[in-house]
Amino acid sequence: MNGNSTIGEAAIRAGCQGYFGYPITPQNELTEYMATHLSRKKGCTFIQAESEIAAINMVYGASLAGARAMTSSSSPGISLKQEGISYLAACELPAVIVNMSRGGPGLGSISASQSDYFQATRGGGHGDYRTIVLAPSSGQELADLTHRAFDLADKYLIPVIILGDAMLGQMMEPVEFKYEAPEELPVRSNAMRGAKGHPSRVIKTFTSKPSELEEINWSLFRRYQLIKKQETSYEAFMVEDAELIVIAFGIAARIAKGAIKTARSNGLKVGMLRPITLWPFPSDKVRELAKKTKYFLVFEMNMGQMIEDVQLALEGKGEIFFHGRPGGVIPTPSEVSLIVSRLCYQKGLK
Amino acid sequence: MRKVYSRPKSLKRNPFHYCPGCGHSIIHRLIAEVIDEMNLRDIVVGIPPPGCSVFAHHYFDIDMAESAHGREAAVATGIKRTDPEVIVFTYQGDGDLAAIGTAETIHAANRGERITSIFVNNAVYGMTGGQMAPTTLSGQKTTTTPYGRDVSLEGYPIKMSEMLALARGAVYIERTAVSSPANIRKTKKAIRKAFQAQIDGLGYSLVEILSACPTNWRMSPLESWQWIEKVMTKEFPLGVIKDATGASDAN
Repeated sequence: MNGNSTIGEAAIRAGCQGYFGYPITPQNELTEYMATHLSRKKGCTFIQAESEIAAINMVYGASLAGARAMTSSSSPGISLKQEGISYLAACELPAVIVNMSRGGPGLGSISASQSDYFQATRGGGHGDYRTIVLAPSSGQELADLTHRAFDLADKYLIPVIILGDAMLGQMMEPVEFKYEAPEELPVRSNAMRGAKGHPSRVIKTFTSKPSELEEINWSLFRRYQLIKKQETSYEAFMVEDAELIVIAFGIAARIAKGAIKTARSNGLKVGMLRPITLWPFPSDKVRELAKKTKYFLVFEMNMGQMIEDVQLALEGKGEIFFHGRPGGVIPTPSEVSLIVSRLCYQKGLK
Repeated sequence: MRKVYSRPKSLKRNPFHYCPGCGHSIIHRLIAEVIDEMNLRDIVVGIPPPGCSVFAHHYFDIDMAESAHGREAAVATGIKRTDPEVIVFTYQGDGDLAAIGTAETIHAANRGERITSIFVNNAVYGMTGGQMAPTTLSGQKTTTTPYGRDVSLEGYPIKMSEMLALARGAVYIERTAVSSPANIRKTKKAIRKAFQAQIDGLGYSLVEILSACPTNWRMSPLESWQWIEKVMTKEFPLGVIKDATGASDAN
């Protein structure tokens, strides 16, 4: 199954009731999967919206009405959705937003890239907010993290971004779905469907009192602190005795893993840290690793974005190197191998 | 003594903050009366816009959720498709529905979404201080057309209701005004008919209401109501623009 369709199937099995999309390469298989499979499910809605902006606002409406709702796009389209994501964050409405990212800036290329890291992990739209960002690196993880995304969104009443890329979306891989679609679609208890049996409710973001808005921001901040504490996740691969640790996420981590296996077969003590949640970033783990390991190689398919989080986490400890390929160029494991072995040679690591 | 007039149940006991002569408070009340009379309060959700009426939830005693500027029809679509039993209405201004939200509006109408839009046309951006709206009349002075709207540069007052009438999914479109007791009564009737079209599951309905903004028009309330009747209705004629509800007379 290709990665895009995997997300679609996993979303349906997570009880997604509404999918609202707009065509953009390289994520169209997901929209088409939902058109084929979600639209026929009882009580479910598929809409090909007139724009990404309309699509995210339909998600906002469906989430208001208490449904598990989702949209997907790729980089330029995700920029358009930022207005809606900011409103979702402000209104504390859960939603799942998939970005199968491509090269940028501008219309860019349709090839895989990781150049939306900043946008995804810094909120993305206007205002002081965060979204949970999940970075899958395989077909299986696309399925697992899509399910987790819906759960996290509901648990913390927050928009969750799945940051994939063109390659993950197109790749065909065997996938095991761990969940069956629910018999009944989940409906949040505070669904806005009329004031029957309770006082009328208001979902709003605008206030003329700065102190009121400040309190909203504090409340969001406290939740973000809780998410940091409870939901940070990562994969640590062969780090125990590592003298050099590669830090990479998503498809870049998959590429790096090949290079690390090669390095190990050559006797080089190289490991990898792969953040699975990009926000919250596993800063504590990075700091912990720096107690034993001095050298870090950050590898990204951009000009260096996650490296800033690594620098913040290391607080000047250790030594950080960077290898990046922007624009949608796909680096090979042998290219990364070369970088790793050269670095090991320069630093005298055996 | 018989009580003949009181606050509708769907309005809270809050005094309106709107300027003297502003149409919002009248329109709020009309919608609340219709919601009460049609017994919709338990199942209605309103989507107010940014702008002066961003505080609509302060007055309406119904479920309300704010929308980003212009996106009301998309938000309403998301709610309605999730639960078709909910009666959803959007409350939008001219900058909102006729400029930034044209795409969302046209496509919601074209899909025949079972939603109702209350479109308040006062020919200016009110809350931001009276800038030119897409519906600003030719020659009309606003803060961004200080020499009067020059149609050769700024285009013509846009006629959303007539444009939307072309959409097959739109079933009921009427333009009214809140400039006189007679027009206010007609407005209420139109709102009722628009909600009925939604209840009957027929498609998209919209009531465009010509409304005064005395503050930004630099007129007294009385002058502004006269201006609606004498000037504005020339560009935006009142009446039913489209009725494809099929019923001979829903009233």
